[in-house]
Amino acid sequence: MNRKGLPSVIAIISTAIAIASSVLVLAGYFFAQKVNGQISLLTDIRLTLLNWAIILAGFAIFIGILNLFQVHFKKIQNKQKGSVYSLLLIVSLVATFLFGLVKPGQIGVVFTTIQLPVEASLMALLAVTLTYASVRLLHRRFNLLSVIFLVTALLILLGTAPLPFLGVIPGLSDWVRPFIAQVVAAAGARGILLGVALGTLTTGLRILFGADRPYGGNK
Amino acid sequence: MSIWLGLAGFGVVFLSAALMLGLSLSHRKASPVFRDIPAFTRLRQAVGLVVEDGSRLHILLGHSALTIPQSASALAGLALLRRLADLTSAGDQPPIATSGDATLAILSQDTLQSAAKFSKLASFDPTAGRLTGLTPFSYAAGAIPAIRDENVSANVLMGNFGVEVALLTDAVERENTFGLAGSDNLTAQAVIYASAQEPLIGEEVFAAGAYVESDPLHTASLTVQDILRWLIIAAILAGALLALAGVL
Repeated sequence: MNRKGLPSVIAIISTAIAIASSVLVLAGYFFAQKVNGQISLLTDIRLTLLNWAIILAGFAIFIGILNLFQVHFKKIQNKQKGSVYSLLLIVSLVATFLFGLVKPGQIGVVFTTIQLPVEASLMALLAVTLTYASVRLLHRRFNLLSVIFLVTALLILLGTAPLPFLGVIPGLSDWVRPFIAQVVAAAGARGILLGVALGTLTTGLRILFGADRPYGGNK
Repeated sequence: MSIWLGLAGFGVVFLSAALMLGLSLSHRKASPVFRDIPAFTRLRQAVGLVVEDGSRLHILLGHSALTIPQSASALAGLALLRRLADLTSAGDQPPIATSGDATLAILSQDTLQSAAKFSKLASFDPTAGRLTGLTPFSYAAGAIPAIRDENVSANVLMGNFGVEVALLTDAVERENTFGLAGSDNLTAQAVIYASAQEPLIGEEVFAAGAYVESDPLHTASLTVQDILRWLIIAAILAGALLALAGVL
């Protein structure tokens, strides 16, 4: 076999392995039990394959961290915009790694004292961002659906939080808000979720047929 | 799962698979007709502009792990990445893909490498498919510099996101670049509707690949979705009528 033919052989083998694994996992879900109630062989195969996938995913995190390091090292090397932050990221990465090696039992401290407060502040920023986005929505798309979206959001807000001096608004908190949340919104959400489920099913089938191949090879 | 429930599930999947194969074979030569979704028309225009002005396309794949059911939207995002990478292969700069999960980052690298090999025009840069953070907010914080600093003129957010997607759509808006966003997560969809230029709602996320560059199987999968949707509507109506009649 020449060297040009090798990638296509690898692509065929990887596609065959992926399709066979998908079929086995899927069959393991549908035929989980034998008629006598015992666990079927397909379930054992499914669990084994999923365990392998979890181990591979764990190793992928290590590769992902190397990729993160490579991206930011390249940024520093090329003196790109924001390379100071890349340097900060690499220093933090190495410091956290060394801290984990020296005091493995206390690595959680890094997350609770640094990561969590930073993420909480981003969450707080999100409240401002969403309010600003809602205000801009009418400017961006002035149509009936946008107006309904904003009016609904406003009604839910007024119905949820007691207002200063007024307290709970009669009718809004006990009738309008529950009606919107439990009837109208729930019905719409279920419709959207059914659509998402159908999309998930057909996406899975396209991968099963080898039409979409996110695991390499040509089209 | 009981045997009967398993058999019912198998029946639905088998029916869908048979319909997809049958429809893709019967409509192989017919040109597909799609419902008009303006967001995809604008995406094609934005991709054309990316090639013309030598800027970059940025695809954000979300933070879903591949071992959970929510990975389907990320897989749809990867399929779209492949098609968009093919379309922009004549451009000066290859697209970049950012993910919040390591397996997804590896798959995005693989997809970009395959597209580069297939087109023979574009070169592959291993840092084009990258992991920017492992938690939702660190992912968003890591992806924002890519939106801002890497000469990106079109951003496509396609995958599993949470409320943090607002930070990303806000960054896109601030840079005055094109932004199309879709997710399978309901909360993210509400946020996207309020904050993105071109929001995708519900199953529109899964149709993206077919709208950008259709192949018979992808087009058939959209028809199967429509058929199954009508079957579900009929079942819900029949159930409601039977409940009214006191049978159920």
